[in-house]
Amino acid sequence: MMLFFINVLLSLAWAAVTGSFSEINLAFGFALAMFALWLIREQVGTTGYFRRIQKVTSLALLFLYELLMSAVKVSLLVIKPRLDVKPGIFAYPLKVDRDFEITLLANLITLTPGTLSVDVSHDRRYLFVHALDCSDPESTKRDIASGFERKIMEAFR
Amino acid sequence: MTIVATFLAGILIIVGSFFALTAALGLVRLPDVYSRMHAASKAGTMGSGLMMIALALVADDLATVTRAVAGVVFFLLTAPIAAHLLAKAAYSVGYKLWEKSVLDEMSDR
Amino acid sequence: MNTAQAFLDFAVYLSLAMLTAAFVLTVVRVVLGPTLPDRVLALDTLVAAAIGYIAVIGVKTGYSLYLDIAIALGLVGFLATVAFARFILERGQSETDAPDADGANSSEEGGRP
Repeated sequence: MMLFFINVLLSLAWAAVTGSFSEINLAFGFALAMFALWLIREQVGTTGYFRRIQKVTSLALLFLYELLMSAVKVSLLVIKPRLDVKPGIFAYPLKVDRDFEITLLANLITLTPGTLSVDVSHDRRYLFVHALDCSDPESTKRDIASGFERKIMEAFR
Repeated sequence: MTIVATFLAGILIIVGSFFALTAALGLVRLPDVYSRMHAASKAGTMGSGLMMIALALVADDLATVTRAVAGVVFFLLTAPIAAHLLAKAAYSVGYKLWEKSVLDEMSDR
Repeated sequence: MNTAQAFLDFAVYLSLAMLTAAFVLTVVRVVLGPTLPDRVLALDTLVAAAIGYIAVIGVKTGYSLYLDIAIALGLVGFLATVAFARFILERGQSETDAPDADGANSSEEGGRP
């Protein structure tokens, strides 16, 4: 977080030096500051910062991809003349325990194919997920655990 | 550049409104309120988001593009929260699942 | 440029037609119900379709000001849905005469953990 702050400060400094606070110049300054921090990554220990940026970016890309797939999947399901849904609610055992991570995971689950988070149990150990195709909840649980939950833990721990 | 942007905007609004149409179709066809939420929260959000990006593309002005991106991010943040809140409220008040639902692990906790 | 503009015009009319169909279908769900959450959900979808409508009209007319209207409508729609969810929760009872929500299911009445 501190490094992000430094990054922003450096980009502001770039904008001040070049005398233009337009959005494009600020964005360019941000990229330039990031490059400068990357150059000195060994000396000031910013390697973790870049690994984190990479993880967060990969999480965001995965999310966008899954969102697109989920919209396509729901559309195909709805257009098919014979509606084959086996809806149900299953309990997903949570590995993440911080509020922020649970919220993020629940939101990601809601926007991905065929799943919608309904509630968190009071002891915060289970997330109740409604699935359109609940014939095989175990494999869905595996998908979430190896996909989003693993990525969230990688990105924010 | 503008030609590409114009074509892209056309494709985006067609795809977006197609998603909106399937969301509405899902709303009519799916059996219970929880299943309908899938269609509404995913296809609906995707549809309006795509159409806003198309508007940003034809506007050809940076302030509009940033506003459109902010709007899309806002939709992506709020749509799951709205769906989740509605599902939680409906379930805890006692609206039942579809009778042919295969599983309900929430009832015994 | 001309082909691109012609394609955009065609796209605008096609998507306006599809959005109108979406509007009608969603209104069908609002009218049919059968439960209050169904109607709230349909109203939420109606807002999403209206945002799409505004965006397409913005593309058609070229006013980027429509974008702000769409964002504002999104805000209002989200708040309305949240308020309705609170209302459902506070009211604390469900319609028992829902035709496709009853039947032999394992879930108990009011399965709040």
